[in-house]
Amino acid sequence: MTINLEVPKKFVPLVGQAHQVAQEVLRPISRKYDLAEHEYPKELDMLAALIDGVDQGGGSSGAGAAGVSQAEANGDGGNRNGSNMASVLSIIEMCWGDVGLLLTMPRQGLGNSAIAAVADDEQKQRFAGKWAAMAITEPEAGSDSAAIRTTAVLDGDEYVLNGEKIYVTSGERAELVVVWASLDPKAGRAAIKSFVVERSNPGLKLDRLEHKLGIRASDTAAFILDDCRVPKEDLLGSPEIDTTKSFAGAMRTFDNTRPLVAAMAVGLSRACLEHTTEKLADAGVEIDYDRPANAQHAAAAELLELEADYEAARLLTLEAAWMADNSKPNSLHASYAKAKAGRTCVDISLRCIALCGSAGLGEDELLEKWARDAKILDIFEGTQQIQLLIIARQLLGLTSAQLK
Amino acid sequence: MAESQGMNLISPFVGSPALDHPDPEDGRRGTGTRDRLGAIDLCVTNLCYKPCRRVPSTLHAPSGSRHQMSFADQSMGLGLRALNRLAGLELIDRAGLRGPAERLVYRSTRNGFRAANAAGRSFKSVQGAGKVARQSTAKRSKSFDLTPTDEQQMMVEAFGDFASDRLRKAATEADAACSAPDDLLAQSAELGITMLGVPEELGGAVSERSAVTSVLISEALAGGDMGLAFAALAPAAVSTAIGLWGDADQQATYLPELTGEDVPAAALALLEPRPLFDPFELRTSARRTADGFVLDGIKSLVPRAADAELFIVAADLEGSGPALFVVEAKTDGVLTSPEPALGLRAASTCQLKLEGVELGSGTLLADGSPDAYADCVRLGRIAWCALTVGAAQAALDFLIPYVNDRKAFGEPISHRQAVAFNMSNIAIEIEGMRLATYRAASLADQGREFAREAAIARRLCATHGNRIGSDAVGLLGGHGYVKEYPVERWYRDLRSAGVMEGALLV
Repeated sequence: MTINLEVPKKFVPLVGQAHQVAQEVLRPISRKYDLAEHEYPKELDMLAALIDGVDQGGGSSGAGAAGVSQAEANGDGGNRNGSNMASVLSIIEMCWGDVGLLLTMPRQGLGNSAIAAVADDEQKQRFAGKWAAMAITEPEAGSDSAAIRTTAVLDGDEYVLNGEKIYVTSGERAELVVVWASLDPKAGRAAIKSFVVERSNPGLKLDRLEHKLGIRASDTAAFILDDCRVPKEDLLGSPEIDTTKSFAGAMRTFDNTRPLVAAMAVGLSRACLEHTTEKLADAGVEIDYDRPANAQHAAAAELLELEADYEAARLLTLEAAWMADNSKPNSLHASYAKAKAGRTCVDISLRCIALCGSAGLGEDELLEKWARDAKILDIFEGTQQIQLLIIARQLLGLTSAQLK
Repeated sequence: MAESQGMNLISPFVGSPALDHPDPEDGRRGTGTRDRLGAIDLCVTNLCYKPCRRVPSTLHAPSGSRHQMSFADQSMGLGLRALNRLAGLELIDRAGLRGPAERLVYRSTRNGFRAANAAGRSFKSVQGAGKVARQSTAKRSKSFDLTPTDEQQMMVEAFGDFASDRLRKAATEADAACSAPDDLLAQSAELGITMLGVPEELGGAVSERSAVTSVLISEALAGGDMGLAFAALAPAAVSTAIGLWGDADQQATYLPELTGEDVPAAALALLEPRPLFDPFELRTSARRTADGFVLDGIKSLVPRAADAELFIVAADLEGSGPALFVVEAKTDGVLTSPEPALGLRAASTCQLKLEGVELGSGTLLADGSPDAYADCVRLGRIAWCALTVGAAQAALDFLIPYVNDRKAFGEPISHRQAVAFNMSNIAIEIEGMRLATYRAASLADQGREFAREAAIARRLCATHGNRIGSDAVGLLGGHGYVKEYPVERWYRDLRSAGVMEGALLV
């Protein structure tokens, strides 16, 4: 009815709940699992059960649960605030609490999104309620995921997978791992398929867990696939090698996850800003929104600048989610959000440290941890540079052969 | 689009969002064209236009009968009256009734202060019905929605056409001449620009506050040219201010003229010429006298001031802080002097000097309310954001075909990441600026606090608008530096926007 960019009224309770969880459950154990890398945050089991319950009760409008498909036709053709919006709003709150802990929330893996996106109904039913991680990256294939070398060869009723996968979030903890492999390395990207592999499969060998700069609460696994035999009905989608669309279809999955990572960055940014605003207020510096920035304390002017970029990132994220809810193609806007939010959260966290001085660097506060956590958000789900490529190609109408 | 994943570390707290998007190719494709204009005579001091005074129109108090057919009452919604004017305008054009108009002299050299428009009309003081009319605040919206209403969309398209058909084509010459063509200003007025902030019963276009509509229209106009948009929108700042903060007498005296057939040039003057200017620390002073006030001070970059018949001037009212005063140009001691600037030159910016200007007691707006003044500053900033977004988008739309066509080292320069990534960043920041601007305007319409949001939008537009202007020139290289292309003008205009205060309102 009119342009409005406020949080939808119906999601205000959801945001409140998520914030409460972040404050009461995540923040208190934030430092604990940053220090105890690779230790399972058992507190999350209770939380995950709670979220499952809330979701089954329909109280969260699709957020916080795996495998919801949405954006069904809206009867009256009017505006829709749906599960994409609910998801980014709740992620913002949860990541105000702790990004690493959110990433390791049981049954909320990227693999779950992939299953929901590509699986047929029978598969969806079979894998429902299971925690699924996602294994795409290889030592020789990072941003260029079409270059993966892991192979899948049909042998009777089973595919045999061989290769190496790294950077698998929740790879140790999940029950399923969705593995990308090629049916025919000569056939290029169209031959890349995803396979659901049980974590207990003896051919899926955990090689190591990474030691990381940040998000240490979330385990990051490396696997060796050594003649890993997978029932052929666990290939997601069609086994046909369709050169016209299949890889693009798989990549489109990520149009929908980029706003979610942007939301993580927005939540973390807000945590930094709130913390710094409070510390600066203690030091007698507050932003006056009416007075020109140049007429204020330099720290206030800098804080305003950071807050402005935060707000742009937040609004771009909400816009991308709103477009998805309303079945508007949002590939471009999803990348706007991811690019802006990713770089903004790194910038904000690092500059907030400078504003807070030694207290910003010290482990007594969480700011130094947030600055470490932040950087991954400008890397995974497509690095900053990949986002700029996606945007530029769409903006300029160029192919990947033209704009490399 | 092979590349899109780095480390796949995500484990979102969510279900799976929609996957049924038809096509990712939804980029805002530019439609910019390279309008090469002929050689321009830059020697503005040689321009000599005959003084042309409008015949003062018949003054009339608001007549009830004129407004008995309220479109809003008939649930026809926002902006239909303004649309109606639009249709009329095309008819007039087709009939060829609009002759070439003449302009006032505007010299781009400083030539000292002169009496302001002494030949301007007299505004006959009219007693209002004793009851002020105000637009109502918009209903609080419950859902997140970025879709303009149908009426807003129609107006944006109409103003957008006007901007690309008329403003863009006139921009180079107007910039060089430091003057907007009269016929364009008249057409802008006929489009109903001054009616948007005015209540319907006083000749306005809409019954609800519509800062968002003003933002959308300002953005569309600036897509043609920022300086001409500034010139065209300047009188609307005055009508909107009187609509928002005028009492019944002030509304009855000025709004019929401002929304009538012959809209006077009028300007809202806040800015003062000094570094670190703060609109809440004014040096222009208003001293109380037995009959009213005496104003002294200097205002800067006042649009079309030499031509203006009416001003609203911000001055520090002794004992109570900054306040707004209605000042008729004919009043003794109101002087103007050309103040051409880096950008926004088509708006014929001037300094406005107030030398012992004696005003009656009925000239103070909003009883000097600090809240009204603060809102005026904030709404002005939102307006400048809207213009910045429009001009920055115009630059992007122009750059897209340019970088695709321009070849270097055997291929289009857009095939290089250094160029392409610059384009991506421009697009990202424009969208962020736009959303922040819409949010501030929408909160204002809903009668909610918007000081923070206005400040944030301004910060974004000042920082990124400036950078976009600079990057645009850089992407064209030498071509960006010469006046054959509009890009150097965007460089200048976008720098000005982050500095401006007041002069516009949404």
